[in-house]
Parts: sequence; C-alpha cells; structure tokens
Amino acid sequence: MNWLLVVEQCLNGLQFGVMLFLMAAGLTLVFGIMNLVNLAHGSLYMVGAYLATAAFNRTGSFLAAVAFALAATLAIGMLVEVIALRTLYERDHLDQVLATFGLILFFNEAVAIVWGRAALFTAVPRALSGHLQVLPGIPYPAYRAVIILVGLAVALLLYVVVSRTRLGMLIRAGASNRTMVGALGVNIRLLYTVVFGFGAALAALGGAMAGPIYSVLPGMGEEILIQVFVVIVIGGIGSIRGALVGAVVVGMVDTLGRAFLKPMLSTVLGPSAADNAGPALASMLIYILMAAVLFFRPQGLFPAVRS
Amino acid sequence: MAHLHPPTRAHADPGQRQLRRLDGVLESRRLPAASIRTTQWPGMRRTKEVTVRQLRIVLVLLLIVGLFAGQAVLAAEPVKIGFITSLSGPAGIIGKHMKDSVELALEHLGRKVGGLDVEVIYGDDQRKPDVGKQLADEMLKKHKVNFVSGIIWSNVMLAVAPTVTGAGTIMVGTNAGPHELAGKMCSELYFTTSWQNDQTPEAMGKYMQDQGLTDVYAMAPNYAAGKDMVSGFKRYFKGRVVDEVYTKLGQQDYQAEISQLRGKNPKAVFVFYPGDMGIQFLKQYAQAGLREQIPLYSVYTVDEISLPAVGEAALGNYETRYWSPDLKNEANAKYVGDFKKKFGYTPSFYGAQSYDGILLIDSAVRAVRGDLGNKKGMVAAMRKADFRSTRGKFSFNVNHTPIQNFYLLRAVKGAGGDMEMQIQKTVFENHKDAYYQECPMKW
Repeated sequence: MNWLLVVEQCLNGLQFGVMLFLMAAGLTLVFGIMNLVNLAHGSLYMVGAYLATAAFNRTGSFLAAVAFALAATLAIGMLVEVIALRTLYERDHLDQVLATFGLILFFNEAVAIVWGRAALFTAVPRALSGHLQVLPGIPYPAYRAVIILVGLAVALLLYVVVSRTRLGMLIRAGASNRTMVGALGVNIRLLYTVVFGFGAALAALGGAMAGPIYSVLPGMGEEILIQVFVVIVIGGIGSIRGALVGAVVVGMVDTLGRAFLKPMLSTVLGPSAADNAGPALASMLIYILMAAVLFFRPQGLFPAVRS
Repeated sequence: MAHLHPPTRAHADPGQRQLRRLDGVLESRRLPAASIRTTQWPGMRRTKEVTVRQLRIVLVLLLIVGLFAGQAVLAAEPVKIGFITSLSGPAGIIGKHMKDSVELALEHLGRKVGGLDVEVIYGDDQRKPDVGKQLADEMLKKHKVNFVSGIIWSNVMLAVAPTVTGAGTIMVGTNAGPHELAGKMCSELYFTTSWQNDQTPEAMGKYMQDQGLTDVYAMAPNYAAGKDMVSGFKRYFKGRVVDEVYTKLGQQDYQAEISQLRGKNPKAVFVFYPGDMGIQFLKQYAQAGLREQIPLYSVYTVDEISLPAVGEAALGNYETRYWSPDLKNEANAKYVGDFKKKFGYTPSFYGAQSYDGILLIDSAVRAVRGDLGNKKGMVAAMRKADFRSTRGKFSFNVNHTPIQNFYLLRAVKGAGGDMEMQIQKTVFENHKDAYYQECPMKW
C-alpha cells in the first residue's frame, strides 16, 4: 500500500468528518438541551446551500454569500422555532418526529417552488479553485482544505463559547437541569430560540460550504442527515465534544472503508468476491460502528453530563 | 428519509356516480322538509300536494338522467395509466423531466389515448424498490389501471415489472433496462421504449476500443444497472481495465474514490453516474484537477439534467446515447420545440422515452379500437412500434427491446453560450441487445 495515498485519504476523511461536524454540532445541541428530535435539520442545511448559491451566483462574492446564508438561515431557524417547534418540547419524541418530518416536506416543496426542481449551477470560487501541495505528489483541492480549516475553527469557537462565556454557561445549565435554570430567572424560552437559531446557522454554514462540491437540489439534506444522526449517537447526545469526535471517527471510517476495504478483502477473499462484498460492506461500516458503540457504551463516547 | 407521497390524479373522475348519490341524499332531505312546512301552516294543504308531486316528477327525471349518465360513464370508461417515477428527493428532477413529457404527449394527442379519455395516476417511488412495488400494487388493485409505465431505476424495475405482468397488465418501461427483463425474465406484457442497460455502454466500449485506448478505470453505483453498464462496456472494450469501482447508490462525495483513481494512474476513465450523482462526480473530478489529465468517457452522466448544474466542468466530455435533442427528425423537432416552449428548459432522453411510451400506448389502444380487454391485440400492435418515435423509425426485438442506432455525443458550448450535447457520429446502426437469445418468446 502506498503511504502517500493513506495520508491523502486521511485528509479526505478529516474533511468529510468536519463537514459532518458542522451539521452534528447544531443537531446535538438542540437534541441535548431542548430534548427535541429535529429531522428538519437537513432542511436548514439545504436552505443554507440554496441561499448561499443563489447569492454567490448573483453577487460573485463567496464570502458575502456565506454571510448572507448564515444570517438568513439564523432568522429562518428562529422563526421556525417560534412558530412550529415551541409547542413540541413537552410532547413525545414521536410527535416531534412527525412534525419535523412535515417540515422536511414543507421545505423541499418550498425550495422547489422558489428555485425549481433542477439543480442550481454552482462552482468553487475562483480564488480557491487551485490545489495545494500538502505533501510532494499529493495535490489537494484548496477548497477542501479551506473546509477543514473552517470546520476546525468552528469547533474551537464553539468550545470557547460553551465553556468560557455566560451564554455557554446557560446552555450547559439548560442541558443538565432546565427547570432549575428557569427557576433561577433565566428566560429559557429565549435561550431555546437562540440555541436553535445557532444550530440552524451552523447547518447553513455546512450547506453553504457543501454547495460548490455537491449538487444543490431539493432533498439534498436528507442523505447527510442520516449520517449526522449516526455521528451524534456515537459521540453522545448533547455533547459538542462528542459531536466533534464522532464526526471525525465517522468521516475517517467511511472514507478509509470506501478506499481500502476492497483491496484488503481481495488479498483475503480473492478479487471477484471482494468486488461483490467490498462496496456493500464499505457502505455499512458506519452503521456497524454505531451498533457496536450502542452495545458497549449506549450513552455514546462523550455523553453530556445530566442530573 | 421516507417521503410518502400518495399517487396524485391528473384528471378528476367525471364523478357521475357520486352526483347521483348526492341527488338521492337531497331527495330524502327535501321530503321531510316539505311535510314539516305543512304541519306548521295547515292552510297550505294544496301547496303541499303540488310540492310532493313536483318532487316525485323531479325524482323520476333524475332517475332517468342518472340511468343515462350511468350508461354514458360505461361507454366512456377512460384509459388508466399508472406512471411511476422518482418525484421527490435528489432524483426528483429526473421524474419532473418524465412527467412533463407525459403531459406534453397527452397534449399532442388532444388528451385522448387511442380515442378514449385518459387518466394518468402518478406515483413517486423515491428511488426505492419496495415503495415502487407498493405503488404498482395500489395502481393495479385500487385504481385498476390498464397500463403501468415509467420507472427510472433498474432495481425498482426488477421489483415492479414482474408484479405488473404477473397481474396480467401491460408494463411499458420508459427508462430502466435491467438485463434480466431482456433475457430470461422477458414477458409478453413487458415492453420498453428506452434500451437494455448494456447497449449504451457497449457503444462507448466500441468507440474507446476503436480509439485504441487502454488502461481504463471504470466506476458506477453499486446496483443492478451499475453492474450492467460495466459488463456492457467490457463486451466491446477489449483493452486493459485497471480497476472496477462500485460506489453507494446516491453517494454525494467521491473524493476518496478519486484519490484512489489518481493513485492507479489510468489512461482514461469510464463512468456511469445518472442524475444527482453525475452532477457531484463531474464537479469533484474537475475540482481534483483530473479533467485536464485523464479524459473522462461516460454514459447517462453528462446530459440535459447535469449540464445546467455543472456548466463548463463537462466541456468536451464524450457520451454515447440513442437520442439527443439535436437528432434530426420531424417527431423529435416537434417534441423538443414544444417542450422548450411549454416548460422553458431542454428535454432529456428520460423525457423522450416517456413521451414515446405514451405514444406506444396510444398506438395499442387505437389498434384495438378502444377494447381494453383485448390484451393480445394490444401486444400485437405494440410489437409493430407503429408510432412517430422521437428517435425516428425503430423496431422491437423478440424480447420487446428496441433495435436502434447509438450515437457518440459531445458536450459543447452552444450558440447561446449554454452547454449542450451534440451528435458527433453513429457508433452502432440497428444495434441489438446482448440478451435477446436468452428470451424464450417467439413471434
């Protein structure tokens, strides 16, 4: 095996993991703190991708487009929380699944009405369309390198916000005992709206970054949402640290599995059996991993502290 | 994620039977109302008699009208076509191309199929075989359709076609062409207006062989059609295939596979990535800087669905196909022209096949003069392929798969600055699929 290739695939895995983290961070906060199962998180990712793509195609400035998508999706997220989700906190998880599933249908159709069913044209911003020589012989797309940096920066920022600021303190307190936080005179409703809005903005950041490399289509959020749920189950629900570790683990396992499982199997089973078993097994790996984590450590790798 | 869209009705039933039922209800309500009025005003006895008599006459008249209406409904029993495609999710754009083409075909036929009124029931399979089969069952049992048509994905087709033909109903596939249905599992009642999966990659294999290419890297999604595409390609391409890679159906990110590909250093790449997968693959291949280094040859990847989304990332790419918007014939000019006028975008082969599917059904119903019970007559008529196909004149092989030409296409910048596919040359003339000899059907 070529070690340079392994390094390159690890970078790919890290990049995919970081992308998952942007989604998982918001989802796990909402799930852990507000006790809300939000299937529509993928829709916010889609809305972010659409807004950023539309703004980028119009203005030509990628930075401005991302900023616009973040702000607009933050507002949309808060609006959705106030209108639709507020009534669901006290209800059963199954009701929440049903309601947020309805939101998925709503957002998919809304996007199809505004922009049509066809995929939007997207391209990598010109300044980032080149390649970096990470190691000799490995040209790595500059845009994907930027995704890694942005993701890691967001992780650092979240860490600082959650563990060093007053808002973070309230979020942590809300996660462990919301009744007590309310009794201490904190406006927990407002806190929830703000947290949901930030989760939406993070999803929009993921979507905006994903636009130039994936296809911007109605329903684009659902494919990634399933993997994001795997991430937060592995990482531990409600924990940002868990989301980061889970996302990187899932990204690595999925990427390395897709790249190296077939060649490894073919040395054991022979090429024709590996041709059949390799791709099937590679696409199952992250679910096998999730099942294993659930069996040995049902609370996840880094569960949020609860009382 | 599962979206469950109920099948939507294109045309509401005339609802005559419901009208009659409504009249009955109104009658039963009017009578007691009249008697109440008489108890309140005893002096109006005469009026009461008149009212009751009038009501009786109205009732009888209604009954007569109802009877006639009933007969009228029987006489004009519409042709029912169940059309299954992917309407939601990332593949929904393909379904839109197909649905719009069905609607255009109906418009061209004056909203009559074979001279009869027509009702099309659309179903959304969400790219899932189990959902497709459920829809087919519902269309057969609840809606009692005369034809089932559509189907994009081969794995969905393999679940739906046997269900439909097993129930004695005619199936007209308008995209997927899994090899099983062209060979051992062929059926009198199964037709396809598209192709058998292997045919198109066979044409690409032939072209690449003729170009003297070697060291080719092949990639496709891991499902029924993906395997067919690569085996069709290898039937005519005799050079060295460096590796065959199968990815998950619906996969978004191909960076890991592209890194592996670069590591193997092939001379050319052959891929099959339909719909949303094609958009992603083409972009990521170009972003990896490989477009200038390793030429990309594809089937069902660079088309009217992916081109608007990828733009110049596909400039100069080669594809093979049986049809293209610039194919010169009268039926195609009408289809493409009216489609652009009505829907404002360029149709794709998915649409052309679906348009042909409705015309094929029309030719069958016309041949039996609207006698939808005469399946033998309809099958015999369909075997003649007696309609103006968008691909020009073609014939059906013994397994009901078209014998047709295949062309080499190239993505170029059109007159208006937009990307478009242009036919370069004919690769195969009257090309037969590789499985028809395995089909026991004789006619």
